Amino acid sequence: MQWQSWQAFFNMGGYAFFVWTSFGLTALCVIWEVIALRSRNKEALRLTHLLAQDAFDFSQE
Amino acid sequence: MKKIIFALGFVIAIAGAGLMLFVHGAKYLSVNIALVMLGAALMRQSAYFADTLFHNASPQTFYPTAGKMIPWFAWLAVIMAAYGLYISFAIAPTDFQQGEAYRIIFVHVPAAWMSMVIYLAMAFWAAVGLALNSRLSAMMAQALAPTGAIFTFLALVTGSLWGKPMWGTYWVWDARLTSELILLFLYLGFIALQASIDDPRKADRAGALLAIVGTVMVPIIYGSVKWWNTLHQGSSINMGAAPKMASTMFEAMILMALAFWMYTIAVALMRVRCIMLERERHANWVKSIGSEGKP
Repeated sequence: MQWQSWQAFFNMGGYAFFVWTSFGLTALCVIWEVIALRSRNKEALRLTHLLAQDAFDFSQE
Repeated sequence: MKKIIFALGFVIAIAGAGLMLFVHGAKYLSVNIALVMLGAALMRQSAYFADTLFHNASPQTFYPTAGKMIPWFAWLAVIMAAYGLYISFAIAPTDFQQGEAYRIIFVHVPAAWMSMVIYLAMAFWAAVGLALNSRLSAMMAQALAPTGAIFTFLALVTGSLWGKPMWGTYWVWDARLTSELILLFLYLGFIALQASIDDPRKADRAGALLAIVGTVMVPIIYGSVKWWNTLHQGSSINMGAAPKMASTMFEAMILMALAFWMYTIAVALMRVRCIMLERERHANWVKSIGSEGKP
């Protein structure tokens, strides 16, 4: 283990801002991308579903 | 048979990553990396690559296959990122020159690698789409672009966050930084160009040309630190030479790169599924998905 305390770990030898912003931003981008894709998928499936229903109704008439 | 090869690949990849955690040292490193790469290659080869490029090159057959593969690659990404972060922060020693700030390397270098690898993959699929006129290949290229742009953005931002404490500036117009910025513009240009053309098949062809021409930037970025005098430090890893860093640092970097790679595959598969649904909305196979089950 490299660290004497949690304090030292979060301080990152005085480079806390640079190190944690880098890692935090990467995590944010990854999380955002996954969330955005899930909602895009949900929307695409919803529209697909709607369209399939329309086609079904249309063929009934 | 495909399933057996796929599961075997998964086991080999996990075993390679697991060994890295327990058996440290440069002697075993190449073996471990080779195992992970072999496993991942097997997983890809089993269905993903073969299905797309050869026999089943249709969205209809690829849609369910892609759906089944996503959780596997997502879990690989999570496991490898967890290992990688553990080694990055708990095992890897403090750098004697750069102190703790060097730990930015564990996201910066993998992100920069991915920005180039994804570009090559994107250009490859775009070229296949152009040559064989296969719509699935073009969709793969389209699915890779946003993830590539995100990694390029991250490489630039984490790089400037590393540059500030080490060089005293967030940005300089030197060869490495400028060429990487141009790569970001190429990604954004590809996305914007495709979005601006209404006919998707025409958009595919225009995008493919841009992607193929832009490939010239990848070797320029890679070579920029050797060819020109730059502020950017030389490459951390050279082919055929021993890494100039502690082996645990090297391991963490490779693990993070592999995690990003697995993440990219999972996310690109998620996106290509969305694109298939959106673009083929009026095809019968999409309608049959819509008519079964809830949205």
